[in-house]
Amino acid sequence: MVQKRRLRVMVAKPGLDGHDRGARIIARAFRDAGFEVVYTGLHQTPEQIVDAAIQEDVDLIGLSSLAGAHRYLFPRVVEILRERKAEDIMVCGGGIVPEADIPVMKKAGLKEIFTPGTTLDSIVAWVNANVKPR
Amino acid sequence: MKEIAEKVVAGDVRTVARLIRDIDDGMPHVRDALKRLFPHTGRAYVIGITGAPGVGKSTLVDQMISHLRKNGKTVGVLAVDPTSPFSGGAILGDRVRMQRHSMDEGVFIRSLATRGHFGGLTQSTRSAIDVLDAMGKDYILVETVGVGQDEVDVVRSAHTTLIIVIPGMGDDIQAIKAGILEVGDIFVINKADRDGTDKTMSDLRLMIDMDQKKYKDGKWKPPILKTQAVFDQGVKELMDTIEEHRLYNFKTHGDLPFRKRKDRVGQELAEMVKARLIEEVIGGLVESGAFDMVVEEIVSGKLDPYTACERIVIPVLGKRP
Repeated sequence: MVQKRRLRVMVAKPGLDGHDRGARIIARAFRDAGFEVVYTGLHQTPEQIVDAAIQEDVDLIGLSSLAGAHRYLFPRVVEILRERKAEDIMVCGGGIVPEADIPVMKKAGLKEIFTPGTTLDSIVAWVNANVKPR
Repeated sequence: MKEIAEKVVAGDVRTVARLIRDIDDGMPHVRDALKRLFPHTGRAYVIGITGAPGVGKSTLVDQMISHLRKNGKTVGVLAVDPTSPFSGGAILGDRVRMQRHSMDEGVFIRSLATRGHFGGLTQSTRSAIDVLDAMGKDYILVETVGVGQDEVDVVRSAHTTLIIVIPGMGDDIQAIKAGILEVGDIFVINKADRDGTDKTMSDLRLMIDMDQKKYKDGKWKPPILKTQAVFDQGVKELMDTIEEHRLYNFKTHGDLPFRKRKDRVGQELAEMVKARLIEEVIGGLVESGAFDMVVEEIVSGKLDPYTACERIVIPVLGKRP
């Protein structure tokens, strides 16, 4: 049967941050929204995340960071995607990100940053509105 | 299309990733690409890995990748996880155990969801195997949860099929007996440091020995191995056993490429025709809404399913069978 394109999303945990409860909950919400979610597990380098995203042909990478290293790790993922000519893969982030960092992140190429308190429904709604299967 | 096939054969990762997506999404143009790729297939050795959730398939696959890479072999991995029948979404987490290989250019790992294919999982996974084969991977590891006919069929397309169990799965071995014992070339008891390993070993051995007649005349008798995949224990022995089975296959079937063996070709062709017919017939009806209307008629009691089936099939055949 001719199938509709299904959204494929990667949920990734860059860096040494060891808490992935949030990432897992997001993954679950994405699954319940009908997306195919590839989860990378903890302690990933930006290079590992990008290589996996390319092999998996995802439309969006969702980065989770709770340990304060997002200022380096998040933009680095966008940078490597550009180097690999895979900038068509969108990147968003979430976790403990101070308000002041959000403009910096967006300037670096992240499409959106979700901070604590954001509802799952609003994240799913954002994905549905902004990410189209390529 | 010619360009896609050329890029796949040249090993272009993005093209391969996209083509597998297109196969999964049922894009009609993939047929042409697959036709062009077929002459480049038949070189890879395909290993199927199946077993219940939590027995350690992904961890074992991760170690197998390491062993194959140490021997200079390139590896493709297809890890199949179930789609939620409720949302149509899926969490594909097999990769978590294999991420250390993600930056190795000799390894391509792809997670696949079972989706709601009308019997199409087997078809799309086989096509994905062909793509990785044409890409030049020496070994292709296909990992599935061993439930459902589709998934059993997937591992049946492998040259060597591993069935993974863990100690203390008494009743589950009964389940294996009913469905997939017949397709296992090698049995692996993973987490073999646990209590009950010897019991599971003797249960399996008994089951295999009951088929004694099958293994006469030098026929392959499935060995049972113990592993502790997390610690890389027993994996070397497993790889040696897979190699023995590969040589056995080679000896039994000569240098005839696997895909050209008559039994396989016939079975795969029949399945391909079936999938294509369902896709064309049911797909068209679903899209036009006619399928739903017929279903409604059955639900409301105006029509019986046998008549409904004839109504769908007869116009396609152009005659009353």
